[in-house]
Amino acid sequence: MARAITPRRKLMNTGFAWAVGLLIFFPILWTILTSFKTEAQAIASPPIFLNFDWTMENYSIVMERSNYARFLWNSVIIAGGSTILGLIIAVPAAWSMAFVPSKRTKDILLWMLSTKMLPAVGVLYPIYLLFIQLGLLDSRAGLVIVMMLINLPIIVWMLYTYFREIPVEILEAARMDGATLREEVLYILTPMAIPGIASTMLLNFILAWNEAFWTLNLTAVNAAPLTAFIASYSSPEGLFFAKLSAASTMAIAPILILGWFSQKQLVRGLTFGAVK
Amino acid sequence: MATKASRSAARLMMAPAVILLLGWMLVPLIMTLWFSFRTYLPLRGGDQGWTGFDNYVRFVTSSAFWPAVLTTLTIVLSVLIITVALGVLLALLLDKPMWGQGIVRILVIAPFFVMPTVSALVWKNMFMDPVNGLFAHLWRFFGAEPVSWLSDAAMPAIIMIVSWQWLPFATLILLTAIQSLDSEQLEAAEMDGAPTLKRFYHIILPHLSRAITIVILIQTIFLLAVFAEIFVTTGGAFGTRTLSYLIFQRVLESQNIGLGSAGGVYAIILANIVAIFLMRIVGKNLDN
Repeated sequence: MARAITPRRKLMNTGFAWAVGLLIFFPILWTILTSFKTEAQAIASPPIFLNFDWTMENYSIVMERSNYARFLWNSVIIAGGSTILGLIIAVPAAWSMAFVPSKRTKDILLWMLSTKMLPAVGVLYPIYLLFIQLGLLDSRAGLVIVMMLINLPIIVWMLYTYFREIPVEILEAARMDGATLREEVLYILTPMAIPGIASTMLLNFILAWNEAFWTLNLTAVNAAPLTAFIASYSSPEGLFFAKLSAASTMAIAPILILGWFSQKQLVRGLTFGAVK
Repeated sequence: MATKASRSAARLMMAPAVILLLGWMLVPLIMTLWFSFRTYLPLRGGDQGWTGFDNYVRFVTSSAFWPAVLTTLTIVLSVLIITVALGVLLALLLDKPMWGQGIVRILVIAPFFVMPTVSALVWKNMFMDPVNGLFAHLWRFFGAEPVSWLSDAAMPAIIMIVSWQWLPFATLILLTAIQSLDSEQLEAAEMDGAPTLKRFYHIILPHLSRAITIVILIQTIFLLAVFAEIFVTTGGAFGTRTLSYLIFQRVLESQNIGLGSAGGVYAIILANIVAIFLMRIVGKNLDN
């Protein structure tokens, strides 16, 4: 951006970009606003934007009625557990592919990505049946395993692209200086790999949190996470806009905050290192 | 460079991931194939033996099959076109100098973080409800008759919801790609008097082709599997029954496992056709 730009031009860009940004964000904003209205205000015609009596009533009703804490806890366990388990399995794999590549590394990576393309619905019944037989249906452990498996290709891919950027020369230099393998891993590789691992963790936590095929089909009561909690509002409760909004806001707030907070790494992570 | 010892260590480190994914792929796949050749009705007599290709024939000849294929392709293609086209425009806009760029970026990304069941329900009830939805208010304000979106215009409604969810993703990746564009090249073209549209076609668009490919690849994977958006809005009614949803209904709602499994095999084949096509492009990108 070496070019000078007139303030007028910049003002126009700003106005236009803000208008578009707010338009895209509007459904979320509207949901958050509605969650603080009374039911009558929520369906008022013409719609009320800001001049209503703010109330927390909907939140307490939703909490009271649906045991929100349990759904939240299930979401945390399923998203967190599958991410950690996935990392434990993926880090060594991505590590070896990045540092000891062979002729087949590329094929293995592509094959892993292709397992991600297997339509879930095509294997719905087998998984359902296996889950019943193993006693995993409607259990958090079962969902942790499934979420880990469906996100494993993405975790391996992301880590691979991050690891590949660590220059091998640094390792060779450390070896020349007499660093042991332990020191090499602990003081050189780990610090360089941590940002990559952190963004991988974050993206996968978000993907697992929002996953809504297996979580809807493999849970009933005990292991149901927030996706199922919201789906239960489908009808007729969904017509109570204020309560629906409160429930929705609670379901998306943790991820919105997490996502915004770590926007920068996310942008990089989302592209799998393929777009720079 | 790598020694023999480090090679075998590498293989060992890769083993858990490869074995798990192989199991995750093969075991259910073989089971689906097995069921697809059997008459299997858990609620009406259980497993009643081999039936050859009957399920495959019945699935394709059922009146629901071709509409489902068409619905699936319509959703995938429409969303891809909308998100890529708008994504390019949005990325170009967000790349321009402005005040509060960081905040605008956050606003644009936000829908990506909203879980599918929430976005589907919020759109369905608070925007598309024919009585109290915001669109109904808007339509009445302009003196028009409110539309029952999810019954009279179900496909555009679903496409709109799904596009809203995926636009941030496309925009972000394309924005990252645009920001890596050598601005000197653009300035040189501008000084040579190349008009805006020409600069876009000859410099920006070729530079973006790789990013667009990645966007299409990743989105296709997720779009072929769109489920929750249909599950909580129309439940597959009003012409929104995708192939995935049709199979889901056969398997879990009518508990016809054989028929559903045959459908599953078709869905897997369809996804693989897309996958092979896309893998080739990604593989090429990996070499560069």
